[in-house]
Amino acid sequence: MAYTKRNDGRKVDELRPMEAKAHIIPNADGSASFKIGKTWAIAAVYGPREVYPRFLANPKKGLLRCHYSMMPFSGSGERIKPGKSRRAQEISMVMELALQPVVDLSAYPNAVVDIFVELPQTDAGTRCAAISAACIALADAGIPMKDMVSSVAVGQVDGTVLADLDYSEESYPAEVSDIPVAMLHNTKEISLLQMDGEISKEDLLKALELAKAATEKVYELQVKALKEKYLEQ
Amino acid sequence: MSQLLVEERNIVVPGEALAEGMDYLPGENTYRTDQKIYSKVLGLLSTSARVIKITPLAGPYLPKPGDKIIGRVTDILLSGWRMDTATAYSAVLNVRDATTRFIRKEEDLRKTLDIGDYVTVIITNVTSQNLIDVTMKEPGLQKITGGRIIRINAHKVPRVIGKKASMITLIKEKTGCSITVGQNGLVWIKGTPDGEFRAVEAIKVIESKSHEEGLTEKIEQFLQ
Repeated sequence: MAYTKRNDGRKVDELRPMEAKAHIIPNADGSASFKIGKTWAIAAVYGPREVYPRFLANPKKGLLRCHYSMMPFSGSGERIKPGKSRRAQEISMVMELALQPVVDLSAYPNAVVDIFVELPQTDAGTRCAAISAACIALADAGIPMKDMVSSVAVGQVDGTVLADLDYSEESYPAEVSDIPVAMLHNTKEISLLQMDGEISKEDLLKALELAKAATEKVYELQVKALKEKYLEQ
Repeated sequence: MSQLLVEERNIVVPGEALAEGMDYLPGENTYRTDQKIYSKVLGLLSTSARVIKITPLAGPYLPKPGDKIIGRVTDILLSGWRMDTATAYSAVLNVRDATTRFIRKEEDLRKTLDIGDYVTVIITNVTSQNLIDVTMKEPGLQKITGGRIIRINAHKVPRVIGKKASMITLIKEKTGCSITVGQNGLVWIKGTPDGEFRAVEAIKVIESKSHEEGLTEKIEQFLQ
C-alpha cells in the first residue's frame, strides 16, 4: 500500500506551519527563533571576536564556527545526553559548510563568528531548522552576507515525493528517504545536500524541484522576520 | 532600462536585489552580479546620484584612524599597554603616546595606567590585520574616573551624538552629566546618580528608535 495520505493531512508540497522571529536574545550580537511544526531552533550569533584556541585563527579572513545542540528534554521523552556527540559535531560541520558560501568575513582577519543553535523541541528536520535560524541570526548581527540561505527537507515515503518530512514519516515502516537541502535564494545554488535511505533518480530530481519551491517559502518568512523587528515600532 | 527596485530609506536584507541595469553603481555594503546590484547587509537603502549604498542597522565596529574610542587596559607590555576595544581586535598604547611626563626605564607602568582602567583614546593607525595603534596625546583624552560606562550598538553612535552634536548636548544639558561617546559604542556618563540614570535611559531609547525621524524632539519630551 502506497503512502497516499500524509499522517497529518498535509498536501505533498505543503510545509508544516512555520514561525520565525529575529533578535530574541538581547545579550547576543544577533539571534533568531525558527519553528517548523514541532521542531524549534534558537540561534545566537556572537562576534566577530577573538579566536580561542589561537592556532585556529586565519590571518586572511574570519572564521565561521557553528555549535549545534539538542536540549536534553527535546526528544519524545528519552533524555538526550547534552554536549558534543558524533551527530552534533557532524551537523555543526555541515551547517558551517552550508553557510560559508554566503558569509563574507574578509574584513575580519584573525576573528571568529560563533553561531550557537539550541533545539528545545525536535520532530525531524532539525539541521534544516538550525540553518534557517542561523541565517536569520547572522543577518540580524549585521554580518556581511551576499545572500540568504534557506533550508528544508524533502524526501520520499513509499514512492510518494514529499516536502518537509516529520518524524512519523521519517520512521514510516516502508522505503523512506530524507534529503535535507539548503539553497541560496538568488542563484538557487545548493549548499547542503545529504540523504538517508533510497530514492530513484526520477524521484530525486522531482524532490529537488520541490525543494526549490519549499526553500522559497522559508526565505519569505526569514525576510519577514528580519524586517518585522524594525517596522513594528 | 535601469531602475531602482527598492525605495529610498526602505529596509533591505542581505541578498536583496536593489537595482537593475548598468546606470547605477554599487556603493558601500552592496555588490554587483551581472546586471543587478544586491545588498550585503541588513540596513537602510540610500542613493546619492547614481551610487547606491546601504547604511547597516547592526553589526560590528570596524576601527578607523581618527576615531575616538573608549578602551580598557587588559595587559601591560614592555613599553606600553594593551587594551580591549570592544571589537575582535586589541589596541596598543605606547608609553610615549600616553603621557608627556618622563618615565624612567625601571618605573612601574601600573602607576600611570593599571589593568582594568578605562581610557579615552584616538586611533592613529590600523594595519591590514586590524592591529590598532592609539594615542592619548590629544586634548580631552584621559583616564576615566568615576561615573559609569555602557555599551551600545556602534552603528547607533552617530544618532546618539546627533547633527552637530545636538542630541548629546541636549542630554548633557537636561541631565547635568558629562558624557563621552566612543565610536566603538562605549559611552562614559558621569554626573549625579539620578542624572546618570536618566542619561542611560535616554541613550537606550535612542538606540531602540534610531531609525525613526524627529528623534531629538522625542528625547526632549522624554527628559522633561
